[in-house]
Amino acid sequence: MTMIFGVPAAAFYGQLLLGLINGAFYALLSLGLAVIFGLLKIINFSHGAQYMLGAFAAYLLLSVLGINYWAALFLAPLIVGLLGVLIERYLLRRIAHIDHIYGLLLTFGLALVIQGTFTNWFGVSGSRYPVPELLQGGINLGFMFLPIYRAWIVVVALVVCFGVWFMIEKTKLGGYLRAGTENSALMQAFGVNVPLLVTLTYGFGVGLAALGGVLAAPVYSVSPDMGSNLLIVVFAVVVIGGMGSIVGAILTGLLMGIVEGLTKVYYPEASNVVIFLVMIIVLLVRPAGLFGKGA
Amino acid sequence: MTSATDKSFEDLRISDLHSFYGESHILHGIDLNVKRGELVTLLGRNGSGRSTTLKSIMNMVGKRTGSIMINGEETINTLPHHIARLGVGFCPEERGIFASLNVEENLLLPPTVRSDGMSLDEIYDMFPNLLERRKSVGTRLSGGEQQMLAMARILRTGARILLLDEITEGLAPVIVQKLAEVLEKLKSKGLTILLVEQNFRFAAPIADRHYLMEHGQIVEEIRKDELESKQEILNTYLGV
Ligand SMILES: Nc1ncnc2c1ncn2[C@@H]1O[C@H](COP(=O)(O)OP(=O)(O)O)[C@@H](O)[C@H]1O
Ligand SMILES: [Mg+2]
Repeated sequence: MTMIFGVPAAAFYGQLLLGLINGAFYALLSLGLAVIFGLLKIINFSHGAQYMLGAFAAYLLLSVLGINYWAALFLAPLIVGLLGVLIERYLLRRIAHIDHIYGLLLTFGLALVIQGTFTNWFGVSGSRYPVPELLQGGINLGFMFLPIYRAWIVVVALVVCFGVWFMIEKTKLGGYLRAGTENSALMQAFGVNVPLLVTLTYGFGVGLAALGGVLAAPVYSVSPDMGSNLLIVVFAVVVIGGMGSIVGAILTGLLMGIVEGLTKVYYPEASNVVIFLVMIIVLLVRPAGLFGKGA
Repeated sequence: MTSATDKSFEDLRISDLHSFYGESHILHGIDLNVKRGELVTLLGRNGSGRSTTLKSIMNMVGKRTGSIMINGEETINTLPHHIARLGVGFCPEERGIFASLNVEENLLLPPTVRSDGMSLDEIYDMFPNLLERRKSVGTRLSGGEQQMLAMARILRTGARILLLDEITEGLAPVIVQKLAEVLEKLKSKGLTILLVEQNFRFAAPIADRHYLMEHGQIVEEIRKDELESKQEILNTYLGV
């Protein structure tokens, strides 16, 4: 049996893949948080609930309307993103002019309401969502067995992350977003409809969370608390990467997933806390985060 | 109807403007006008309310009352992002160059507000430094270059009414000279300019009229041909 640093290769690669999958979710979610924080200066505490809504939207689309996974991949983020648009337009905008801590509180409250409502409707046990037929099964790579759906998650997350990065860093619309992040009042004076930009940005960030939820539905059970557990880790990832950096959010997300996976191989007892340990070290050594400015 | 060359048409007419930041009442009933093609300055000491006047025109203050007519249109209830589209270009005191954009991205950022703005070629012709440094990060430029960029940015949009806040502040004499030439050129193109200045020696030769501000009010209006006779008033308010 091949060994890697004293561990069977299959176990090593298996955990590496699991880590990469978790990392893909961390990257998607922290990317959404970073985009929202950049323009709205709000830490979106309902991000986990919106991720959960994405999974439930896919689940309900299938079980109630018979709409399949492929359509849900687009529809669920769209529906939940539109909900985000309404949340920004009718709730967050009203408190945009006061301290941003109120935005945090509002989104936190919303998360509790959403999660509570879904617990009331669906219970806590969770429901299964089938892996779409096309993505069932796996490939034997020789050194490990690769489930196709898990590879699919990583590929989709990477493509989406790259697409969002490209849009923000290389396009005119992304230029508006970057400039608006720096000085939205001046953008407004130049004639840019900043309130609309803010609404769409929030909806987009929420849509990213929902996309994560759809991707997660076939591998994790679809349950009301699936987001709140994940969000705590994602916040740690955001702190490690540094608030506001797009590239930082993506890379740190992937990296922390891998770190977590490898810890499971070599010291399983620490795998649940390793990200928080990294967070503490980063906070001590580089308080603005690995990619944060002003460190 | 008014033609673009009608020199008596008031591009900007402000009446009884009061402005507030939160609870603080900053402007106390401003009246001023700028005619088409005119270059008018707002002079005054630091804190007299000149920047606030420009920001009020852009609807960037907390609250404003009174009347602000731009191009013959009442704008006191106009949303901030609709003001630029009336042909107004704003150059803020802090210049507002974006650090996350390079020079050319900064230049191309503001949406065009009229069809007859300067082309990139004309801009680079007027400000050759910007061409050389067009791939640099906006905030890596020298103070003078950043000021050129902040000006160039609004000229490209086709804005016809320019609100310029202390564009010579902290710049070397050669650059101040260059800016004076640029303003002369813009004036000859028929642009309307409201200029906030500390540097009276820069403003005096190029301006048609001056308004003196003190404590959020306009205390004196001085035409170019009255500069000598009203020198003493100027000295009092500017503390020259
Ligand atoms: N954002 C703000 N909030 C509260 N007060 C302000 C703000 N900006 C300026 N002020 C106050 O308004 C007054 C006028 O300031 P300003 O218009 O910047 O003067 P000037 O441009 O003539 O130097 C000053 O007393 C200043 O302290
Ligand atoms: Mg000022």
